[in-house]
Amino acid sequence: MASATTRIDTAAAAAAQAHRSTAPAEARLEVRNLDFYYGANKALKNINFSLPSRRVTGMIGPSGCGKSTLLRVLNRMYSLYPGQRATGEVLMDGQNILDDSIDINALRSRIGMVFQKPTPFPMTIYENIAFGIRLHEKLSKTEMDERVEWALTRAALWGEAKDRLNTSAMGLSGGQQQRLCIARTIAVRPEVILLDEPTSALDPISTLRIEELIDELKRDFTIAIVTHNMQQAARCADQVAFFYLGELVEIAPAEDMFTAPKQPRTQDYITGRFG
Amino acid sequence: MSAAMQTSPMASTRVDSRAKAALGRRRRRVDTAVRVACFVATAIGLLFLVSILGTLLWNGASAFSLHVFTDVTRPPGSNGGLLNPIIGSLIQTFIGTAIGTPIGLLVGTYLAEYAKNTPLGNAVRFVSDILLSAPSILIGLFVYQVLVVPFGGFSGWAGSVALAIIVIPIVVRTTEDMLRLLPDTLREAVIGLGAPKWKMITLVCWRAAASGIMTGVLLAIARVAGETAPLLFTSLGNLNWSVNLSAPMASLPLTIYAYAGSPYQDWIALAWAGALIITLGVLGLNIFARSLLRRRK
Repeated sequence: MASATTRIDTAAAAAAQAHRSTAPAEARLEVRNLDFYYGANKALKNINFSLPSRRVTGMIGPSGCGKSTLLRVLNRMYSLYPGQRATGEVLMDGQNILDDSIDINALRSRIGMVFQKPTPFPMTIYENIAFGIRLHEKLSKTEMDERVEWALTRAALWGEAKDRLNTSAMGLSGGQQQRLCIARTIAVRPEVILLDEPTSALDPISTLRIEELIDELKRDFTIAIVTHNMQQAARCADQVAFFYLGELVEIAPAEDMFTAPKQPRTQDYITGRFG
Repeated sequence: MSAAMQTSPMASTRVDSRAKAALGRRRRRVDTAVRVACFVATAIGLLFLVSILGTLLWNGASAFSLHVFTDVTRPPGSNGGLLNPIIGSLIQTFIGTAIGTPIGLLVGTYLAEYAKNTPLGNAVRFVSDILLSAPSILIGLFVYQVLVVPFGGFSGWAGSVALAIIVIPIVVRTTEDMLRLLPDTLREAVIGLGAPKWKMITLVCWRAAASGIMTGVLLAIARVAGETAPLLFTSLGNLNWSVNLSAPMASLPLTIYAYAGSPYQDWIALAWAGALIITLGVLGLNIFARSLLRRRK
């Protein structure tokens, strides 16, 4: 009896260990000496950190601290807007993705992004998922059907959507739309997923579902999540980065960050002294 | 302020309440005056509209019959119809819309997606807005100079081109407005999947703005269907049956213009019938356009 309990405890501990992996993992994306400018305004100052493979990196900090900006650098979203520029290096497989020579559309298929507000396209649920896939791959009808089902299943939307694949995605609820956007992103089979406050427009139940989803997705994807919600960072992230006024103040494993932050500014922020 | 403080509290309250009552009466008077003025102005506007529609309906309906749609125009007193002007109007409006819509759509897209705040974009928008409000007879004269004179005659083509020039700025305006209503987050979501910009525009943005753009096209059709001036110097009108676009072509507005000014009672009645046909057509298009826009919301 006692031995059985012990065994279960050990298993639980092992599961917890696996759940929040703090063991060193190879870097999927490495940021070196990154500076970012909106025109003449310097928004990021000498950022150095890496996204470990198949881990969740939480990015926290007060509004305007540069965390969303950093996310938009990682898939070159900023390139859409003239006047925004980045210097330094972001390395993926040894290649600097900030280089002008890089195939930016191929890059974005490897580094997907989900936004704060759900952005379903004005087409059917099926077409929403197939849209991104068609940009990069030529699949037969059956392969496409399988991929769409796979993506919707991974995004925990298949059950709710399978009977209405050919209806407009605009008819889904907010939480379903956001899971659709996640499904659309993973359907392209990226290596990295960037989540920019993915639950700030959602109700608590939908938020919970998305968080469970993130936990499940990190088995296959490297994830970076920007959040204003400290509890969310504590719940989802393996490592947490705290940004303030364009600087990366501190980056540490999640439990260290929330129990024993090294920097006084981090301490002040996570205890709610400012924010 | 100091005077009020010197008087006793009782007196000041009384003065206050009297002043307040006077102010209240004044406000009510002004309110009533403004309200009456608005009602009267609306009534005058409606009176004109109702009397125009009433006269049109009265005179048009009495001249309405099947042969208006089945017979071509004939000399006075021989019981002609309006078949050739109706068909001529349909053909020229259709071709004008078919030429003007893609051009307008692409220019509007250029303004909204490629040249948002560039000097060239602003210049194009300014010119397009001027064209939008240009007197339509100017457009007729322009097409007369560039198409009728060099090619040696009035033609349905020239009329269609003149109508297309009127369609373009309307479609440019609505396309740009509708595309600008789309949130940038939608664009970023498409780009974020690794889509090139042209696919973002053609596969997502156009589709998201489709009903709004469609509304603009319908309103443009409604506008050119009733245009007379641009056709006066271009397709000229034709009293015989003809669907040859290289020859002068009949149209409802031109026929109304010619018939209404004639001394013959049956021609004048046909002009009323033609006016009623155009009005009902435009009304139908407007209602359809509004229902499209409402479904979008």
